[in-house]
Amino acid sequence: MTEATHLNPDESGHAARQRIIATLAAATPEAVAEKYQAIETPDFELVRQPETGLVMVRGRMGGTGSPFNLGEVTVTRCVVRLATGETGSAYSLGRNKEKALQSAVIDALWQRGDARDHIETSVIAPLAASQTEMRETVREETEATKVNFFTMVRGDN
Amino acid sequence: MYVAVKGGEKAIRNAHKLLAKRRRGDTSVPALTLEQIAEQLAHSVARVMGEGSLYDETLAALAIKQSRGDLIEAAFLMRAYRTTLPRFGYSQPIDTATMLVERRISATYKDLPGGQVLGPTFDYSHRLLDFALAAEEGGAEPSAEMVPALNEAMPRVTDLLGDEGLMEPDQVTDEETPVGDLTRDPLSFPADRDLRLQNLARGDEGFLLALAYSTQRGYGRTHPFAGEIRYGEVEVEFFAEELGFEVTLGSIKVTECQMVNQFKGSAKAAPTFTRGYGLVFGQVERKAMSMAMVDRSLRWQELGEEPVAPAQDVEFVLSHSDNIQATGFVEHLKLPHYVDFQAELDLVRRMRAEWFEKRRQEETGDAAREAAE
Repeated sequence: MTEATHLNPDESGHAARQRIIATLAAATPEAVAEKYQAIETPDFELVRQPETGLVMVRGRMGGTGSPFNLGEVTVTRCVVRLATGETGSAYSLGRNKEKALQSAVIDALWQRGDARDHIETSVIAPLAASQTEMRETVREETEATKVNFFTMVRGDN
Repeated sequence: MYVAVKGGEKAIRNAHKLLAKRRRGDTSVPALTLEQIAEQLAHSVARVMGEGSLYDETLAALAIKQSRGDLIEAAFLMRAYRTTLPRFGYSQPIDTATMLVERRISATYKDLPGGQVLGPTFDYSHRLLDFALAAEEGGAEPSAEMVPALNEAMPRVTDLLGDEGLMEPDQVTDEETPVGDLTRDPLSFPADRDLRLQNLARGDEGFLLALAYSTQRGYGRTHPFAGEIRYGEVEVEFFAEELGFEVTLGSIKVTECQMVNQFKGSAKAAPTFTRGYGLVFGQVERKAMSMAMVDRSLRWQELGEEPVAPAQDVEFVLSHSDNIQATGFVEHLKLPHYVDFQAELDLVRRMRAEWFEKRRQEETGDAAREAAE
């Protein structure tokens, strides 16, 4: 199996796969569709049809205390198996079934040694880059609203 | 006699057709798109997601469009929709310390690590109507200033106080302790803090605001300071059974409020500040603050205080905070009560007849006595 050269060597266990699934989940349906159309679609079968359901989001009392139930989110998931045997999964907020299906296929392809490099460079890296850029824009816009206090010193006389 | 009545189908059908027409309004005006609602009415969308207890911006936008901007009706539509979906499970508790912060302020510390970051806020605006928005049509797009971000850590103010031992620590139960869920079991009393917070998180903003205000005006004072309010994106993580590991589902926007309140101490424990907590979907600061204040009020028993005010009455607060339940019971009065009312009519007619009969007897009695005298 060819290792992608840009893979973080510190990523152990499930970390790399978690990163793939998270990057696809964070992308818009349009962005995933665009990438999906650009890759060669492999033969696959549906293990679990794209399905929309609910996940109850939990918070912690005071931020760090015991958990409580905050409210639900819509989530769509899907599992596919490639003709070559790899199983891919997708979990993402929202109700877009096409995105779930395409994400699961991309996740499966990423696990296939001969396709991983291509998926990393042509799908995951650009999606991750645009997500990082959007977060950076938010950070920079937010930073501009930081308060700089100044103290007015009053003379003694 | 009870007579079953049927009818009104045609009237109802036509009323709904008329509603659809009125909802659309003047067709020479372009129809609203869901994107427009989600992008430009973000606070309405956040309120509907919070009170509908379902985070999905597009669904909330649809609900607002369908309900003609009636936000309680929209939250009702969200609650109804969620019953059609299967539940996959519970997320890991979100970690607000790792938030992509868009706003973070503290009214207790001027210079705190990470600083005071105002973000998008109505605060400090002059509340003057901006007629430029009324004339808006292809005008200049608003732009925001950008400054290279320092990416400083933004510890929670309560954690800073906690480090000094000045803040009561958050209580953490072990993993096995079940977490109450109002969508699974109806509310019952006494209600622990997990159920109370879930109830408040989906409670009516106006109701919680009024209760919080009442505590400030003296009905169960808690001496609150806004220790910290933060708003931004947090990731939602979910343990996927078939994968055997946690997956990140994406990010949601939440507002968190930490109220810092007056002291508690005992013979065994030194005095510390106490806390009230608010956490809501979207940028809904008013409600997050109100929730934190009401949460603190409802902790009177645990903190050894006297229950003297409505905002401390757990059963009163939790039983009336849900605007879907409240509107259901209030608005059901519009539905036909013809038979109930018929019974009331009979009753009041009988009571009046008895009253007039009694008075007639008294008058004839008086007249007879007068005649005898």
